[in-house]
Amino acid sequence: MSDTSPSEKPLNETWLILGASSAIARAFARAASAEADILLAGRDRTDMEATAADLRARSGRRAGVVAFDATDYASHAATVAQAKAFAGDGLLNIFLAFGTMPSQGEIDADPALIAKVIEANYTGAAHILHVAAPVLEARRAGRVVVLTSVAGDRGRLKNYVYGSAKAGLNAYLQGLRARLFRAGCTVTTVKPGPVDTAMSYGLNDMPMMAAPETVAAASLKAAKKGAETLYTPGIWLIIMTIIRLIPERIFKKLNI
Amino acid sequence: MTRWKKMTLTGWGRSHVASVEAARPERPRDLDEAMADTASGTLIAHGAGRAYGDSALNTNGRVVLTERLDRVLGFDAATGLVICEPGVTFANLMEIFLPRGFMPAASPGTSFATVGGALAADVHGKNHDRHGGFGDHVEWFDLLLADGTTRRVDAQNDAELFAATIGGMGLTGIVRAVAFRLLPNASPWVRVKERRIRDLDEYIEAFATIRDRSTFSVGWIDAVATGAALGRGILETAEFEAHDTLPKPRNPHRVPFDFPGFALNHFTVKAFNAQHYRRVPQTGRERRKSFAEFLYPLDALHGWNRIYGKRGFYQFQCVLPDAGARAGLRRLLEAISEAGNPSFLAVLKTLGRSGRGHLSFPMRGFTLALDFPRINGADGLLRRLEAITLDHQGRIYLAKDSLLTREGFRAMYPLLPRFERVLAKVDPASRLMSDQARRLGLKGAP
Repeated sequence: MSDTSPSEKPLNETWLILGASSAIARAFARAASAEADILLAGRDRTDMEATAADLRARSGRRAGVVAFDATDYASHAATVAQAKAFAGDGLLNIFLAFGTMPSQGEIDADPALIAKVIEANYTGAAHILHVAAPVLEARRAGRVVVLTSVAGDRGRLKNYVYGSAKAGLNAYLQGLRARLFRAGCTVTTVKPGPVDTAMSYGLNDMPMMAAPETVAAASLKAAKKGAETLYTPGIWLIIMTIIRLIPERIFKKLNI
Repeated sequence: MTRWKKMTLTGWGRSHVASVEAARPERPRDLDEAMADTASGTLIAHGAGRAYGDSALNTNGRVVLTERLDRVLGFDAATGLVICEPGVTFANLMEIFLPRGFMPAASPGTSFATVGGALAADVHGKNHDRHGGFGDHVEWFDLLLADGTTRRVDAQNDAELFAATIGGMGLTGIVRAVAFRLLPNASPWVRVKERRIRDLDEYIEAFATIRDRSTFSVGWIDAVATGAALGRGILETAEFEAHDTLPKPRNPHRVPFDFPGFALNHFTVKAFNAQHYRRVPQTGRERRKSFAEFLYPLDALHGWNRIYGKRGFYQFQCVLPDAGARAGLRRLLEAISEAGNPSFLAVLKTLGRSGRGHLSFPMRGFTLALDFPRINGADGLLRRLEAITLDHQGRIYLAKDSLLTREGFRAMYPLLPRFERVLAKVDPASRLMSDQARRLGLKGAP
C-alpha cells in the first residue's frame, strides 16, 4: 500500500454502481466516468455490458461489469471482493440505485409483496453497504451515495409500504454516516422527487418529473462536496418540509 | 410486463396528431417484451419525432419510443466503425466523436434526429455528392422482427432485407443496433463561403461546378421572389478547417409558445427573405463557423416548429433528376409563388447517387425542400407539387411527406414491389405499421 496522501498524487477513483440498469444509474455512471473508472453491478448482464461499452466509448476510461443480486445476501461478499480488485490501489466509491416500487394497490391485493419491497429496498441495501463498509474504512477515504426517496420522509396513504422501507434505509444511512465519518468517508442520502424512469413511466402524469440526468448530476455534485442529504430537484426540500410539518391528525385525512 | 402509456404524438410538422399507446424501453430485454406483448395489434418505432408527417405515428395502435436506448456499443478508431443503439442522436455522435476527428458521413439537418431514424429514412446531408447517404455507410444492423426474433443483417447475408430496411421507414422491424462507419479527419470547424445567386439559372450552373469540388454545399432560396428574381438566394459551400480551439457550446433558445396564425404571412415572410438575401454582401463573404452551427442552423432554436402555430405546417421535399431539374424546379417555384403560401425556409441541394434501399430517397439530381404553413390551399399546393415532381421523374422524401398519394408513391418508387415482397416475408401479419404506411397503401392497407 502506498502512503502517499491524495493531495500529492491524485488517486485513481472507481465508482461501484449498485443496481446499474436503472436510468438514474446510467446517467450517474456517464457523469462520473468523466473523472473515474466505473464498475457496474446488477443482474441484467446484457444491459450492463451495453452501458459499460457506452462509458468506454464516451470517456475512454475503464468500465466493467460485475454480477450483483440485492436479495442474494450470500453473494454480496463476492461482489465487494470483485469491486475491491477492480479498484486496485485507488479509491472505491459507491452509488446505490436499486429499489422496487409496486403500487400500494398491488401490495394491498397481495401482502406477500411487502416482504419483497422491504428486502429489495431496505435489507439488500443495508446488507451490501455493511459488507462494503470495511473496504472504505481500510482505505480511509471514499464516498457513498444512496438513492432513497422523499416517500421515506412521511408515511402516506398512497405509498406507505415503499415509504416505510425507504424511511428505514434513511435511518440506517444516518448510522452508517456516523460510522464512516470516523474513517474519513462520506455518506450522502439522496432523496429525489418523482423521476422520469421506467419505474414511474406510465403510472401517472406527475407534472414535476425530474430527468434522470438532473438527479444524477446533482447527486455527483453533492457527493463531491460530501453533503449529508440532498433533495433533488431542490424544490422537494421545501415540499417535504411542509409535508412533515402537517399535524398527524390532519395528515391522516389527506388523500395523498 | 410492458407498461404502455396513452399519449398523443405528432410529427415534427404538427400537421398529424395520433393517439397511441407508447412503451419506452430502457434495456434490450424491455424491447423484446414490448414486441412480444403486441402479439395482436400494430406498432412502429418512434425516435426523436423529427419526421415531419405521419411516418412514426400509429393512430390507435402502439409505438415504441427508442429515446432511452441511447448507448454507443462500440467504436474502433482504426476503421471508424461505430455501433449504436437506435436512440443515439447525431448530437451525441458529434459530442463524443468530433473532438476525436470523426463525424457521421451523412447527417440530416437536425442533430436531434436518431440513428434509428436515420437508417429508417436513409437520411442525407449537405455533402451527399461527396459522401453519399446514411445507408451508404451502414455495415450491419440488428433487427427485431415481428416474430420476436432478432437478426443481424448485412448486405451479404440477406441483401433484400438489408435493402428493405435502409429507407424502409421502420416497416421491416425495430432496429436495436446499427453498425456504420464514421468519417475520419473531421474538424469541429468549417470555413464557409457564402455568395448571392441571382436566379435559378445561376443556381443550376453554380451547383454544376461546385458539387464535385466542395465537401459541403447548400443553397437557400427566397421562395416568394418572382419574375426575374425567381430562384434567387444564397449559396453556401464549406470545407473543414483545422483550428486549435473547440467551439463554444451553443446557447439554445426555446420558442415558448405557439405563435398566432397571422404571425407568418406573405408580407412578414417577404420582408424576412429579402433581408436574409441582402445579409450577404454582393461580393460574397467568407468566415469560420462551428461545424454544428453550419450543419444544424435551426437546432439553436428549440421547438421552432411552434412558429407555425397550432395548425402546424407541411414540409415538402422532392428530388428531380439532373436532366429535367432546371425546367422542373422552375415549375415548382412558380407554383409556390403563385399559390401565395408564404414559405421562408426553402433549401436547394444536389444529391450524388441513388441510395442502397428499396425506398431510399436519393438519386442523382437536385433536391428542393420547403415548409408551408398549413393554411387554406396548402393541401392543393402540395398536390400540384406532387404532380410536377412526377412529370419530371422525381420523387418525394418519405421522412418529410404528409400527403403523398398512393398512385404518386408507386410511380416514384420503382423498387416498391421488391420492398413489398420482403414485408410479406418478414411481417406477414402486418404488425409493424404506421399512419404513413396505411395512407400509402402498404402492407395491404385497405
